[in-house]
Amino acid sequence: MARAATDDTALFEYALRLGDNCLILGHRVSEWCGHSPVLEEDIALANVALDLIGQTQLWLGLAGEIEGQWREGGGRSADDLAFLRDAGAFRNLLLVEQPNGDFGKTLARQFLFDAWHNAMLGALQGSADKRAAEIAEKAAKEVAYHLNRSRDLVVRLGDGTAESHSRMQRALDDLWFYTGELFLADEVDAAMLAAGIGPDLDDIRAQWDAEIDRTLKQATLRRPDSGHVQKGGKRGVHSEHLGYVLAEMQFLQRAYPGARW
Amino acid sequence: MSSEWPLWEVFVRGQHGLSHRHVGSLHAPDAEMAINNARDVYTRRNEGVSIWVVKAGDITASSPGDKGPLFEPSNSKVYRHPTFFDIPEEVGPM
Amino acid sequence: MYAQMVKTEADRPRTLEEMDPQERAFQERIDAGIKIEPKDWMPEGYRKTLIRQISQHAHSEIVGQLPEGNWITRAPTLERKAILLAKVQDEAGHGLYLYCAAETLGVSRDQLTEQLLSGKAKYSSIFNYPTLTWADIGAIGWLVDGAAIMNQVPLQRCSFGPYSRAMIRVCKEESFHQRQGYDIMMKLCQGTPEQKAMAQDALNRWWWPSLMMFGPSDAESVHSAQSMAWKIKLNSNDELRQKFVDQTVPQAEYLGLTVPDPDLKWNEDKGGYDYGEIDWAEFFEVIKGNGPCNRERMAARVKAHEDGAWFREGLMAHAEKQAERRRNAAA
Repeated sequence: MARAATDDTALFEYALRLGDNCLILGHRVSEWCGHSPVLEEDIALANVALDLIGQTQLWLGLAGEIEGQWREGGGRSADDLAFLRDAGAFRNLLLVEQPNGDFGKTLARQFLFDAWHNAMLGALQGSADKRAAEIAEKAAKEVAYHLNRSRDLVVRLGDGTAESHSRMQRALDDLWFYTGELFLADEVDAAMLAAGIGPDLDDIRAQWDAEIDRTLKQATLRRPDSGHVQKGGKRGVHSEHLGYVLAEMQFLQRAYPGARW
Repeated sequence: MSSEWPLWEVFVRGQHGLSHRHVGSLHAPDAEMAINNARDVYTRRNEGVSIWVVKAGDITASSPGDKGPLFEPSNSKVYRHPTFFDIPEEVGPM
Repeated sequence: MYAQMVKTEADRPRTLEEMDPQERAFQERIDAGIKIEPKDWMPEGYRKTLIRQISQHAHSEIVGQLPEGNWITRAPTLERKAILLAKVQDEAGHGLYLYCAAETLGVSRDQLTEQLLSGKAKYSSIFNYPTLTWADIGAIGWLVDGAAIMNQVPLQRCSFGPYSRAMIRVCKEESFHQRQGYDIMMKLCQGTPEQKAMAQDALNRWWWPSLMMFGPSDAESVHSAQSMAWKIKLNSNDELRQKFVDQTVPQAEYLGLTVPDPDLKWNEDKGGYDYGEIDWAEFFEVIKGNGPCNRERMAARVKAHEDGAWFREGLMAHAEKQAERRRNAAA
């Protein structure tokens, strides 16, 4: 049964968004490898990055598959999508491209994202698109663990020393205005919701709010006031940081066009 | 402030129903984090289905000096091993 | 090797006759192939030498994360990125196993870390060379891990139980590391002329430092003789180096690469390759701290440790608070 072409372009966009979030956050997290505060944490964080890179392959693989329906010469591979698009074609949330900062900021970013990611994957397991549902099912187990871990660390550091508390509060305050974008539905989200493929972002927000409030309370941290929302990542308007991420990530593919590695 | 995390001994039960086995140790501030760290450090290759952690300091070990009295007496109890008994082949598996 | 120059306390190994009964019983157990466990009696020299050796080995794994980690964010495909990340993560794991093995000898992780960061403890010279191109990641896996495996495989049989067990785990996990390096080299050598030149350049730069990994010739070294008597070193440096050259030269030929040694030639009589003089002056400079990257490597480790202090303290403080709360609730 052929879906309408418009649905498929929306699904393509949607898969790119999910994949790009994983790719860019996985990249950021992998920057810590060899530099974490303690060996055990270095190893744990590498596992998170590995999961995210694996999920990137799945989502971008799906995007390429869908693109194959209309692109001459077939859809692009996950690698081509990752390494040969410029910043304007990336669809990740602004939150995940933010620099690592100190370890507390990295963990706060992870927690804010994990809480969203976990709720999203929970809903996507029931997606009308079988392929999306399958990816979500695999990723959900990994992300449930990511969330357990980042939540646990946020609580411990918030309710740790005065210094760890103030670092975590500062991290939250700094990152907060990138979180609004997580729930801003646009026409792609609307099309996915209508097709039964993606969830209602208002439901996701409710779950996210509950998770955040519960955790911050336990962590003795203050929920920052909601104010202005930074947005644009989902339609390719990014912060300055993404360009540098891509310059680094795509260097070999750009410097040696067509080479195989 | 020097605040070294305590040392934990890690035991993992593998896929095949065998008992938990000592696999190594690691540092963690408390038991819950020791379990998480053990998951990340010692089951990276799909090695386990269950983890125990014990604070290294809480383990009581037999003393190497007692090795003789503790373990040698069982050497002479050969009748505890099935091979001690000769059963004629025609009796069948036993 | 990862522990290249481990000092022992002895000026020469003593004969069984010269030992007191306790030490003699200890040596006889080693000779009989019985493992020494942490709570067993052991000569102070054995304990100290092992701490030095295991911790040098551990430090090497930890510092060794840095040159390869340098390319994780620039790996050319998603799969290569994941493989490299998993590999560098393994190095951290190996460092962790080894620190834990050292801790059974009565030294703490904090002390060991302090020794590394203060420059008191050594780590392998190899990690003070830079990774300038992607091919260096291939060369490290192929040559550096290849050399490391050559040393670690026999160490699985070393006399100290926890070290031997750590080595068994390390060897099991490390088996994919060398292959992934060679796989990168193969891809490059089958690729464009530029890629092949990149591979040759990496071999040129990593060949000699890899041979230096085995340490100076130990023909006259008293430390080696003692370590071998204790079975915490099982082969001589030269023996392992020869084995490495003999194994690696055909692998380079398969790739179509040239080993950068004009004196390299097959010696029918010994059934192995003769190779040129190693520049030991360079080796000793690197060991002293004057390699191309010693300072960066140390600075990176110091920064990670110092920047992470608040994190380690925060978590400890929370654990103590929670324990306190539980005690109060129970009271």
